[in-house]
Amino acid sequence: MAVKMPAKPSTPRLSELPVDGHFGEFGGQFVPEILVPALKELERVYKEMSVRFDFQSELKALRADYGGRPTPLYFAKRLTEYANGARIFLKREDLVHGGAHALNNALGQALLARAMGKRRVIAETGSGQHGVAVAMACAVLGLHAEIYMGVRDIERQKMNVQRIQLLGATVHPVTTGSQTLKDAMNEALRDWVTNVPTTYYLIGSAVGPHPYPMIVRDFQRVIGDEIKGQLLRREQRLPDLLVACVGGGSNAIGTFYPFVNDEKVRFLGVESGGAAALCHGSIGVLHGAKTFVLQDEHGSISETYSVAAGLNYPAVGPEHAFYKKLGRAEYITVSDQEALEGFRLLARFEGILPSLEAAHALYAGVQHAQRMKRDQIVVITLSGRGEKDLETVVHHDTHAALE
Amino acid sequence: MILTQRLSKRFEEVHSRREAALIGYLMVGEPELSRTLDYIRALESGGVDIVELGVPFTDPIADGPILQAAHSRALGQGVNIHTVFQVVRELRKSSEIPILLVTYYNPICRLGEEPFARRCSEAGVDGVIIPDLPIEEAVSWVNQARKYGLARVFFVTPETDNERVQKICEYASGFVYLVSRYGTTGPSETLAPTVLPLLERVKPLLPGDLKLAVGFGFSTRTQIELVVRAGADGVIVASALAVRVAEGASPEALAEYIRELKAGTKHISSQIL
Repeated sequence: MAVKMPAKPSTPRLSELPVDGHFGEFGGQFVPEILVPALKELERVYKEMSVRFDFQSELKALRADYGGRPTPLYFAKRLTEYANGARIFLKREDLVHGGAHALNNALGQALLARAMGKRRVIAETGSGQHGVAVAMACAVLGLHAEIYMGVRDIERQKMNVQRIQLLGATVHPVTTGSQTLKDAMNEALRDWVTNVPTTYYLIGSAVGPHPYPMIVRDFQRVIGDEIKGQLLRREQRLPDLLVACVGGGSNAIGTFYPFVNDEKVRFLGVESGGAAALCHGSIGVLHGAKTFVLQDEHGSISETYSVAAGLNYPAVGPEHAFYKKLGRAEYITVSDQEALEGFRLLARFEGILPSLEAAHALYAGVQHAQRMKRDQIVVITLSGRGEKDLETVVHHDTHAALE
Repeated sequence: MILTQRLSKRFEEVHSRREAALIGYLMVGEPELSRTLDYIRALESGGVDIVELGVPFTDPIADGPILQAAHSRALGQGVNIHTVFQVVRELRKSSEIPILLVTYYNPICRLGEEPFARRCSEAGVDGVIIPDLPIEEAVSWVNQARKYGLARVFFVTPETDNERVQKICEYASGFVYLVSRYGTTGPSETLAPTVLPLLERVKPLLPGDLKLAVGFGFSTRTQIELVVRAGADGVIVASALAVRVAEGASPEALAEYIRELKAGTKHISSQIL
């Protein structure tokens, strides 16, 4: 029997994506058949809840009273003086309950899990921030959370492992493959394939099969929506440049997306030099989505390394892949050393310890601000706080001092 | 191009002997690349009717620990899609057994669907099973596979409702792969409680030219007998073979085990004859 090719749709605006689960040629649902009905059901419930007043008002109240939103948009005066260029503002997602932007998404999806009647929630985590956020969201909504985490990440993000456990969630150490975020996601998918009737998979970044990249973006767009409102109130204008770090890319897409039709606002996504799918990858399929992937000539996925566990992922959200292809956003890399320098800059000039993930954005944002005019505005999303990384930073400092 | 005849002819032959097909899996590179061909021949001499050859991938999300280990050992030996084509070409010099490749989608994506399908056809592959390619993403693949005469095997699972089964049948050719239970690949001693109701529900929905093969969790003759009696046209055994190969079974020992399993396929019910 003939399979009909779907009719070619007219070009939609970027803000209207995804269409049929795709961002241009990217995205989709490259998953085992057993998961397809669950993904369709998730999309159906999500669409229903996104227009339900009771769902939205509960989410809004939790974000405000439990999560601490809105987060400040802080004018970094001393950092601006140091850069001696554009004015630098910091979007303080590090002040969200739990210490990172991750809670924005975790609360939203935990509410979806509850609405779908699924009381068991699984998640993957790299830096542990998403794991902490899921554990918190499940505790506050009375759900049971199990978190997959690579043993290499467990080693370097011990404090977050302890937090997850104290919050009542179980941590499953992952010993397969590179033992990092990618492998934690493999194990979470294997769990989901096994337990899909009873289990909600709460993906932590704007990656994975449709509808996850859309859902995560929509729950994270609160970052960009707040930036827009706060800057318009304070400066009566839009920013010239938005800067965010990109691993899977959830804080970045949350920052960029509300400005996607504001053509004069430039987007800068900052990848880790050792895990730069957009800057160094090629088109492939990992974890259910077609996107840019770090791989060899035969399609084996490459191992990555980053000082920031949350950026250590060989693929990237499909919407970023499309932004790159269209030239809507620019993506660059920052090395481990440069990220550590970004960490120190923010600590010394502003008294804020950023996560090593956010330190990538910070370093690149300051570099760009230096080359921009004084009447221009750069907003850097400070996606998380740095307490979890103190051991890593101190260790690197000790090494540097010895050399 | 017409669908390769080897697969449909084999199903006819098996059926005319009042048997179901035994479909046996081996990861290319197991137990080591220089001996893979010996083990494929052992599958055939033991009584496997159709061979599935695994293409290794770094992130096999639908596989349990046994096949995950096989994937990583094969990658460790440098096995890739071209190695697999070479093994098939070598095998084709002496065997007409139907060969299906089992590969995750990314190696196909990397090579390109058209070159992949063409090289499959040139090497003598009869069909392709892609565990992470549901029909929604398969429109262009189906067209390439049709162009090169490759069977398009898609999955049906306990989660697949009847309407979707019928849609899947429009995309599939050769046979439909019935996933017996929830979970990843891996052997079991017992029959999953989900499998017989699923078989009973799905079998009447298939058009006459589409066969039904059941897989996931098969390792004993008794399990095979039960699903064959219930109407399965074929049974797929993968992890149970892989674990024996990994534990050092000789080709002769593997063939002996396959004879035992094959005996379970000789009990097709009278009602479907």
